Amino acid sequence: MEYFAQQAINAIQLGSIYALIALGYSLVYGVLSMMNFAHGDVFMVGAFACLLLVSIFPVPFIVALLAVMVITALLGVLIERVAYRPLRNAPKVSAIITALGCGLVIQNTTLSLSPYPRPMPRLFESVPFEFAGVTMNTLQLFIIGVSAGLMVALDFVIRKTDWGIALRATSCDRTTVPLMGVPVNRVISITFAVGGTLAGAAGVLYSQAYPVVGASMGALIGWKAFVAAVIGGIGNVRGAVLGGYILGAVEVATVVALPSTWRDLIAYSLLLVILIFKPHGLLGSPVQQKV
Amino acid sequence: MKLPLILASVLSVAVLAGCGKKAADSSSAVRIGLNVELTGELPAVGASSKNAVELHVAQINAAGGITIGGKKVPLELVIGDNGAKADQAAATAQRLLSQENVLVMVGPNASSCAIPASEIAESLKAPMISPWSTNPKTTVNAQTGKSKTYVLRGCFTDLFQAGVLAKFTLTDLKAKRAAVLFDVASEAPNGQANLYKETFEKLGGVISSFETYTTGDRDFSAQLTKIKASNPDVIFLPVYYSDVPLITQQARQLGITAQFVGSDAWSSPEIVKLGGAALESAYFCNHYSTEIATPAAKKFMADYEAKYGHAPDDVAALSYDSVGFMVKAIEAAGVADREAVRVALASIPSYEGVTGAMHFTPGSGDPVKSAVILQIKGGKFVWVANATP
Repeated sequence: MEYFAQQAINAIQLGSIYALIALGYSLVYGVLSMMNFAHGDVFMVGAFACLLLVSIFPVPFIVALLAVMVITALLGVLIERVAYRPLRNAPKVSAIITALGCGLVIQNTTLSLSPYPRPMPRLFESVPFEFAGVTMNTLQLFIIGVSAGLMVALDFVIRKTDWGIALRATSCDRTTVPLMGVPVNRVISITFAVGGTLAGAAGVLYSQAYPVVGASMGALIGWKAFVAAVIGGIGNVRGAVLGGYILGAVEVATVVALPSTWRDLIAYSLLLVILIFKPHGLLGSPVQQKV
Repeated sequence: MKLPLILASVLSVAVLAGCGKKAADSSSAVRIGLNVELTGELPAVGASSKNAVELHVAQINAAGGITIGGKKVPLELVIGDNGAKADQAAATAQRLLSQENVLVMVGPNASSCAIPASEIAESLKAPMISPWSTNPKTTVNAQTGKSKTYVLRGCFTDLFQAGVLAKFTLTDLKAKRAAVLFDVASEAPNGQANLYKETFEKLGGVISSFETYTTGDRDFSAQLTKIKASNPDVIFLPVYYSDVPLITQQARQLGITAQFVGSDAWSSPEIVKLGGAALESAYFCNHYSTEIATPAAKKFMADYEAKYGHAPDDVAALSYDSVGFMVKAIEAAGVADREAVRVALASIPSYEGVTGAMHFTPGSGDPVKSAVILQIKGGKFVWVANATP
């Protein structure tokens, strides 16, 4: 019993990180119907920015987290302005290639500046404790808590604020909403800023839990989060969160039930099966309102 | 009209310049190719290997070069990056051996790169020595089970290493139950894990848990929780230095207290920088130790430190020896010819390198040489024991 509880905690922690990154994919897809494949690398920049920041200024963890969220928000906006906006009316395939290229540029810039993986100092005092036979630590609880907080806040913003309404309107019909006085460019910029903020937060939290940062760290997890977003129904914010937790749970569950050699095979086959029965993802649907 | 014209003239100048350079080189210098992991997942390995080879080549050239047929000839080094990727390693081998026309190739170091590169060397009938690849498949054709003719390695094999470590865990650490966690997508770790399991069980030990992950994974909590439940005395981690710190730190966070044991893939000093306290008192198998160094090894360490500002790791020492061994074979061949060098390689009775003495038996690309067991203490690698074949 304790063993399963322990594995459940592992799954929730992993799922929280996937969900945070998956949100960025889903938000951008909802508004622009494009895959922002540079998103995983924004996550990586978040981890590096945190490392750089704390090695220059010994700021408290919360300050570093907030500062990095601002930095990656700006990076998200910059990527959109430089790489995506000029191609907004170009064929979809061009936008996908630009996004992939953008990710590679960020990754290789980091690689040329810092070819070696680096240790991340512990900024958050992680105290292990036992609760009902399960070993947990305060960092784990913090990661799960902050992720949940950010996701609830985002959900609220999208449903209740003016920007949220503009965002949903833009996602419904990008050609008509400008006629209603919605500043589409600003809405898109804010969307990228929000996506960048979440990726930055995920980068900081992740690099505390797995304290080695390297230029390629965003690649694999970026892809996994993208899968999570698709499973949940890309374009749907609640779907992205659900997809993240499902992916985390499936990965951990296959290790629990089967030899770990089979993990990715089983985990991704299962996800394929979900897509066969729900081609638009669990919460996504072509008629349902996006974002 | 204008642009093609300019392009054509630029191209022809480039081609002419290229021709002139090549002709000048082939008449005077012996070209040695180096196929290393400068970018990708193992940059520390590539950098060490490149540093050591450059140092050795510079030393040989400072002494007038190598002696071929009574004449002193300088060495010329051609470096290719394999990105620590299998396909890129094969492409780099192809480029070095057929386009750059190097006489022999040193590298790659990682087994996942050395195995595909060795196929290229074998098909082009060019001598190759991998300084650090321990996987049996580097020098042995996996399909036929026969030794490759043109491929050597500068280090012991995984079979030998697994035996040394299995015996060490059972008799010295008195551990009866061992758990194994490794990267299933990487050649060297995969081979080491399976050979260790085989030997450990044959010697009477119990493998309590045998878990895997895939290259690039950062979260090992599910596997480690499973390992914790299997209650092992030691955890064997035959994985590259870049993954070890994350695994050991997560294991300690989960409250696992078992002793960690590792393979030679641990030996980069980076591991201590990244791993910190979680690695304290862990044991691993290595190619040499700075504490039991011969005078020649001490000189190498001093020269290396003077040039690069830090101590050499085992990849550096093995790369240094690999070049030295190849040069000795070229000199023994007396002619810059691949076939003559291949014949000479097997005829050298014993080569005294900085990692100890080694020699090759006819029909095998694996050297006969010993291993050491090291322990991590206070952030340093401390010598514990020697293991001879």
